[in-house]
Amino acid sequence: MASKLLLSQLRNITRPTHHRLINPNFIFPLKNQTLIHSRPYSDAPQPPPVGSKPPPTNADSAPTHKKISSSLNQAELAKFSAIAETWWDAEGPFKPLHVMNPTRLAFIRSTLCRHFGKDPYSAKPFEGLKFVDVGCGGGILSEPLARMGATVTGIDAVEKNINIARLHADLDPGTSSIEYLCTTAETLVEEQRKFDAVLALEVIEHVAEPAEFCKSLSALTVSGGANVISTINRSMRAYATAIVVAEYLLHWLPKGTHEWSSFLTPEELVLILQRASISVQEMAGFVYNPLTGKWSLSDDISVNFIAYGTKNIE
Amino acid sequence: MNRAIVRRITPSIRTWRSTLKTFCSDTSEKLHGSHGDKAVTDSTDNVPQYDVAIVGGGMVGMALACSLASMPLTKHLNVAIIDSNPALLARDSIKKEDAPDPRVSTVTPATISFFKGMGAWQYVQLHRHAFFDRMQVWDYTGLAYTRYSARDVGKAVLGCVVENKVLQRSLLSCMEDSDVKKKIYPSRLNSMTLHKSSLISGTDSISSKPSGSLAKLNLSNGDCLYAKLVVGADGSKSHVRNLAGISTTGWKYPQNAIICTVEHTEDSRCAWQRFLRTGPIALLPMGDNYSNIVWTMDPQQAADRRSMNETDFLKAVNDALDDGHGPHPQSERMGGGGILAWLRSDETSSASEPFEVPPRITKLASDRMVFPLSLMHANNYVSKRVVLIGDAAHTVHPLAGQGVNLGFGDANSLSKVIAEGVAVGSDIGEMTLLKRYESERKAANIAMMAILDGFQKAYSIDFGPLNVLRAAAFHGVNYISPLKKNIISYASGEQRLPIFT
Repeated sequence: MASKLLLSQLRNITRPTHHRLINPNFIFPLKNQTLIHSRPYSDAPQPPPVGSKPPPTNADSAPTHKKISSSLNQAELAKFSAIAETWWDAEGPFKPLHVMNPTRLAFIRSTLCRHFGKDPYSAKPFEGLKFVDVGCGGGILSEPLARMGATVTGIDAVEKNINIARLHADLDPGTSSIEYLCTTAETLVEEQRKFDAVLALEVIEHVAEPAEFCKSLSALTVSGGANVISTINRSMRAYATAIVVAEYLLHWLPKGTHEWSSFLTPEELVLILQRASISVQEMAGFVYNPLTGKWSLSDDISVNFIAYGTKNIE
Repeated sequence: MNRAIVRRITPSIRTWRSTLKTFCSDTSEKLHGSHGDKAVTDSTDNVPQYDVAIVGGGMVGMALACSLASMPLTKHLNVAIIDSNPALLARDSIKKEDAPDPRVSTVTPATISFFKGMGAWQYVQLHRHAFFDRMQVWDYTGLAYTRYSARDVGKAVLGCVVENKVLQRSLLSCMEDSDVKKKIYPSRLNSMTLHKSSLISGTDSISSKPSGSLAKLNLSNGDCLYAKLVVGADGSKSHVRNLAGISTTGWKYPQNAIICTVEHTEDSRCAWQRFLRTGPIALLPMGDNYSNIVWTMDPQQAADRRSMNETDFLKAVNDALDDGHGPHPQSERMGGGGILAWLRSDETSSASEPFEVPPRITKLASDRMVFPLSLMHANNYVSKRVVLIGDAAHTVHPLAGQGVNLGFGDANSLSKVIAEGVAVGSDIGEMTLLKRYESERKAANIAMMAILDGFQKAYSIDFGPLNVLRAAAFHGVNYISPLKKNIISYASGEQRLPIFT
């Protein structure tokens, strides 16, 4: 498949002989200025950007929607808090997520069935497996996974989201067993919880330190387990479609939902996952056809893309 | 009822359950609100929950149930079928010596492959069924005719004529042979309530019980059940459609149809249709020298023809099929169609067949039934947790034998959409999923309905120039082979549109 070819090219890039990509100074020449919301993706400690508050000394440096002292992340949390009630309104601000959901689930189902060796025609292929949905929001992803038989834990840092998710999950007996926690990936790591598959869809672009975040995701995965991460590519096309068109022209998303500089390119994602002992096996993109109004999976990873990786066996 | 007696014996904690039971069997809606709070606590203990509740166990409803039972992704779904027809629970089989029922349907090749895919066609083959591979269409003016043949499109058959009860029984047998969880409720649907899930007001007690967002159906015999998805397959006067508040568009045709079974002299694998001034008469072969007659005419004539004695009726039928009402068309043999001679090179084999007179009808083999005809289309096929299929969503004129085939197409499409929904773990009653079914079927159904309505209107006017136009159309279709092939493929259910495809 073409995406495998793409992945082998990415792996070539991430080998240590290509110094130009590893040098963070090359990628973020302006990292010490607040003009760009720059996030270091290497795990070496960076001096704080001029003008922002010093980060706290405790170990919550890469949360999901977490309340850390950096004012930027408070803003992210507040953004989501404000529209929390509309999570399950299929015509509201989360409509693009609802419309895209079946497509992402198709990718997840196909890759995870193959990973765990399950029958793809079974109605509940993930029976007996433990999944965690990091940044679950209102539970849009957790509920279908539970219906597919998985034992799902959904976590989110915004309390309102967890409440909404719990209420909605209780409406259907098939999903009322989902465990929702208002917590962070780091806290779960401290509790030493392990899961067969860790999913973080559309979360990593809202996180302060993606490298640390990936390390937490990896710590939550059992050895040989699966990881699924989806996000938006930091490309010109993504700026045009996901920000200009989606937020300003079509008003699909509230203005300011995404920051272009927080996006990750597929190469960067593969690199930081590799440093967190996760090898990316497959990658696919989502494309939207405006004529039919449908999303579909494709090899085009220039805007939205999703990656499936496996935790290296220790 | 036994359950109520058992409940009275147990201590008073259970009085809430007996309250729920009386609440269910009470058909008056106004008690719903006052008992709502008490019903919450003991929500689903004794009220069964189903994934799909199919209201109406006719051919299309059973086809949906059978299709769900035959796919691995949907085999596990709990299905309830609600229909008060005692034939569904009866275990007696249809005997071969039975006189053929006048209610028959022509199933298209697309429907036949749908049945084969479900494993139900083998049951149909055990009973009387008749394939036909040719068709002749002409009208009372005698100016032209068209002959269709399955060989024109390289197929073996144009369709198969099967009695409705055979189709229904075959689907039921197919389902029973598979180990799917289904229950037949021999009763009628009285009322349906859909709990609105309101997350904004978290104190809404109904939305916090496990079945808070399911549809609740109350049946006429007092039973109650919950379902994630309610399928309305209950015919043109659909109760489900009324309860869901879906409005319809349509009009009555000023015509009724007489249906009966007749016997004739020789068998043929040909279907015949002649357009008369008042409406078309169709002769469909059923096998064993039997044929089915569908004769459309205005209501007064229909009442007369139904009440007249057998000999007179048979004479009227033979006249209608033969040379009463107008002359036979001239057979086009070698030199005909001068203007269209340049198209001869690409001719279909049926274009050179001569005009044939249909077989002579000798005996009436069943009662004559009369049905009013109308066009009806529901404005929406879906509503929250409710979906309509078959005649509940659309009815058409029988002049092309497409009505039930559209319904089977709906059942096929809906079962595929449900399977896709289960594959990605969605709630099968979700509007976004159901809307996919609607967008797929609405376009196809509306196209077919428009074409059939056009035909009906074109043939209802007896006006010289229009007659000539119609004759030219007959000629054109007979000799322009791409057009004929497209029409055959479209009527067989294999193509979306007769042109532009």
